[in-house]
Amino acid sequence: MKSAVIVFPGINRERDMARALKLISGRAPAMLWHADRELPPGTDLVVIPGGFSYGDYLRCGAIAARAPIMDAVRAFAQKGGLVLAVCNGFQIVCEAGLLPGVLMRNAQLRFICRDVYLRVERSDTPFTRGYNAGQVIRVPVAHGEGNYIADGETIARLEGEGRVLFRYASPDGMVDPNWNHNGAMNGIAGIINDRGNVLGMMPHPENHVEAAMGRTDGRGLFAGLVDHFKLAA
Amino acid sequence: MKARVTVTLKSGILDPQGKAIEGALKSLGVSGVASVRQGKVFDIEIEGADHAGAETALKSAAEKLLANTVIENYRIEVTG
Repeated sequence: MKSAVIVFPGINRERDMARALKLISGRAPAMLWHADRELPPGTDLVVIPGGFSYGDYLRCGAIAARAPIMDAVRAFAQKGGLVLAVCNGFQIVCEAGLLPGVLMRNAQLRFICRDVYLRVERSDTPFTRGYNAGQVIRVPVAHGEGNYIADGETIARLEGEGRVLFRYASPDGMVDPNWNHNGAMNGIAGIINDRGNVLGMMPHPENHVEAAMGRTDGRGLFAGLVDHFKLAA
Repeated sequence: MKARVTVTLKSGILDPQGKAIEGALKSLGVSGVASVRQGKVFDIEIEGADHAGAETALKSAAEKLLANTVIENYRIEVTG
């Protein structure tokens, strides 16, 4: 799996992401700068990592969404290329119009940095094939603006088309406001686009991939992607 | 020319920052505040004196970057 990690000024999770990609796919990703205009030929997966691109100026992800490299990312996604956007990356792809909706300030107004439980809603996507539908995984979040909102019609479409892949849940998989730390509509933690090739998610699967991190629940996402490309090859 | 673009949250969009400010005003004893919505103001200098051209440029700026029209409205004033 040939992956490329996009680095914007102010991004700070790119090395965690690169480490997880190398650990699980066996191949270090290409690191691309915001001012680059092309992806390396043969790129399978583009990853937009977390952080605080452009200091979260204007709106989280707003400036990064308009950076030169994003034209290449948009063209890659339009051709069906897989894009994984985590945390600030999720905010960026929403601002870029690759996913619907917006990530607003957490309902409790606090930056939240801790582990959360996610219910994996589907296992039949390249991003979630490493999990079982209904499985609960524990991964960290670290964000101040993770409160997913969209208009009623968009939410109905996302739900109707099965495009919610991850939902904040209790340890036993119940979607419950008490376990929805940021107030996201319907507990939405991660969604895909209508073609199913762009995933945006607030939690950080790349931070739970090896024993030294305490847990390895995030591994399934990367291992599933590796399998997906192995089968496609 | 001077211009101002004001960006506000659409009605119906929850504004937790506005709510926090509203609470702080109440705790400061500022009376009569029914509700607060937080927005952004951009003061922009426009080259030249083409009023209609300025409005077009500002609309493009607002649509492309200054506002996220999923959740925000914007208002343009060219003050001359």
